[in-house]
Amino acid sequence: MKITEQEVRRVADLANLALREDEVAHMAQDLDCILTHIDKLNELDTTGVEPMAQVLFDAEETATLREDCERPSLSNAEAVGNAPVASGGYYKVPRVIER
Amino acid sequence: MSSPLNGLTIESIRAGLLAKKFSAEELARQSLAYAEAENPKTNAYLTLSPERALRAARAVDAKIASGEDPGALAGVPVAVKDVIVTRGLRTTCGSKLLANYVPPYDATAVIRLEQAGGVILGKTNCDEFAMGSSNENSAFGPVRNPVALDRVPGGSSGGSAAVVAQETALVSLGSDTGGSIRQPASFCGISGVTPTYGRVSRYGLTAFASSLDHIGPFGKTTRDAARLLQAIAGRDEMDATSAFAPVPDYLAALDGNIEGLRIGLPREYFDGLESETGDRVTAAVEVLKTLGCEVRDIGLPHTPYAVAAYYIIATAEASANLARYDGVRYTTRSAGANTLSDMYRMTREEGFGDECKRRIMLGTYVLSAGYYDAYYLKAQKVRHLIARDFAQAFEQVDAIVAPVSPFPAFKIGEKVKDPISMYLCDIYTITGDLAGIPCMSVPCGLTAESLPVGLQIITRHFDELTMFRIADAYENASH
Repeated sequence: MKITEQEVRRVADLANLALREDEVAHMAQDLDCILTHIDKLNELDTTGVEPMAQVLFDAEETATLREDCERPSLSNAEAVGNAPVASGGYYKVPRVIER
Repeated sequence: MSSPLNGLTIESIRAGLLAKKFSAEELARQSLAYAEAENPKTNAYLTLSPERALRAARAVDAKIASGEDPGALAGVPVAVKDVIVTRGLRTTCGSKLLANYVPPYDATAVIRLEQAGGVILGKTNCDEFAMGSSNENSAFGPVRNPVALDRVPGGSSGGSAAVVAQETALVSLGSDTGGSIRQPASFCGISGVTPTYGRVSRYGLTAFASSLDHIGPFGKTTRDAARLLQAIAGRDEMDATSAFAPVPDYLAALDGNIEGLRIGLPREYFDGLESETGDRVTAAVEVLKTLGCEVRDIGLPHTPYAVAAYYIIATAEASANLARYDGVRYTTRSAGANTLSDMYRMTREEGFGDECKRRIMLGTYVLSAGYYDAYYLKAQKVRHLIARDFAQAFEQVDAIVAPVSPFPAFKIGEKVKDPISMYLCDIYTITGDLAGIPCMSVPCGLTAESLPVGLQIITRHFDELTMFRIADAYENASH
C-alpha cells in the first residue's frame, strides 16, 4: 500500500474533512490506486527542468498591476447575504476562544 | 414538436430580428417553453431564468425599434454552466453545499454576453465544482445525452453541451480544466472551444484549478462558437491572469481556404483508442488533405505522463480553492457543529460529494510535508516538458489534429466505480490545458451505433483564428 488508513486520517484532518470510518477505508484504496498511476512520473528524468507553475507565453502578459484607487464595492448586506448565520453585518461562527 | 431554435444560427437570428420576422421576446418565450417541456428528458438545466431572459430580450427589441445596433448576440438564447456566477440567479456548482447560493455579482463573461444582446435562459447542470468526465458527479442527478438517453453527455460541462445538442439553447458557456468543454462537445456532436489560457476572463468562474481553468463556448457550428467567443474574449481588469493580446476578428477570417496549412498528427494520440473513433478521425484528416493541407506525423513524447501530472496539479490547486467552503460564507453549515473546528469538518464532510472529497484528499496529500518535491514539484516539471513538446511541434506545423476522447459517449454508470478509468477519459484533452493552448472539438461523424465522434484541433497560444479556419473549412467540406 502507498498510503495507510492512518495517513488518510491525518490528511483528512489537514483538509478539515470529518471522514466516516467506511469512507477512510474506501479513500485509502482509491488514493492508493491513483498514487500508483502517478508513480509513472518517476520514469522521467527531470533534472534541470524548470517547474511550470503557470502557463508560459512568448509575449509579455504579466503587467497586471492596476491603479490603486477607490471604487464601489459590494454593500455589507450583499457581502454577508449568503452567510448561513450573520448578525449585525458580521459573519457569526461558534465560539473561537474558550474563557 | 421541434425546437424553435432548429435551423437557426446567431447570424440568422440577427437577420430575422432586423427584418422584423420575429421579436427577441417571441423567440425567448418559445425557447423557454421548449426548454421547460424538454428538460426532464436530459436534466441539463438546473435553473431556468425566464424573468432575466425576457428582460434581456425586451431590451434587444427596444434597441431594434429605436434603430440602435442590438449587439453581436442580439436575441440569442444562451445557457450558462452553473459554475459561472450570475447576480441574483442561483449558482450551485452542481453541489449540495451551494444549493441555495445566490451570487451578489455577475461573471465578466456573463456581463459581456448580455451586453452583446445575449439572452440567458438558465443555468446548466455539471459535475460538482467541475470535477468529472461524465456529469454523474452532480448533486442534482446526472445529465442524459440527448443523442442517446442511456449515455452520459460527457463532463464536466455536460449540461452546457446537452442543451445545445437538444436545441434548448442556441449556444452556451462551459468551463474546461482538463477537457470539460471538448469531451462533452464530442460526446454530444457539437462544437466546443477551449480558448488560450487567459483569453477569456475567469472573474466569476468558481475556481477549481486556477492555473488550468478556462471559460469557453459551445455551439452547433464553429461560426456560432466563434461569435460567442468574440463577444466574451479580451483583457478584463477584474482578472489579473486575463491576457492583453488583442482579439482578432474571427469571423472575417473564415473564408474556407486552408490550402498550404501544415497539420501535425501526434502519433501518441492514436495509441489505445477505439478503432471506430480512430477511423472517423482518420477520415477527417483525409478531408483536410483534399482541402490542400499538408499533413505530417509528429511526436509529443511526454503525452503518456499528462494524466499523472494533471491529477497532482489540479487536485493540489483544488484543495486550496475549495478550502473556502467552510460553513462561514456560503449558505450551508452543518446543523450538528458546536465548535469552530467541527463546523469546518462536518460542513465539508456533509456538503461535498465523493469525487470532490477524493480530489481534496489527493491534493492535500501531495502538498503535505515530505511529499511536495516528490509529487507537486515533479508534476510541475513534467508540465513544462509537455508544454515544450507542443512548442517544438509548432516549429514544424501550424496546427495539430487528434481525437478528443479515446471512445464515444459511454453508458451512465459504466465507469463510476473506477476513478482511474474515468480520469483516463481525458488523456487527449488534458495536455492542451497543461500547455494553455487553444483547442476545440468539431464533430467528425458517427459510429455504427450513431454516437458522435469529435475531431480535436489544437493551435499556438492566441491563434484561435487558425483553429477556427480549419474547423469551419472542415465543416463546410464534410456537410
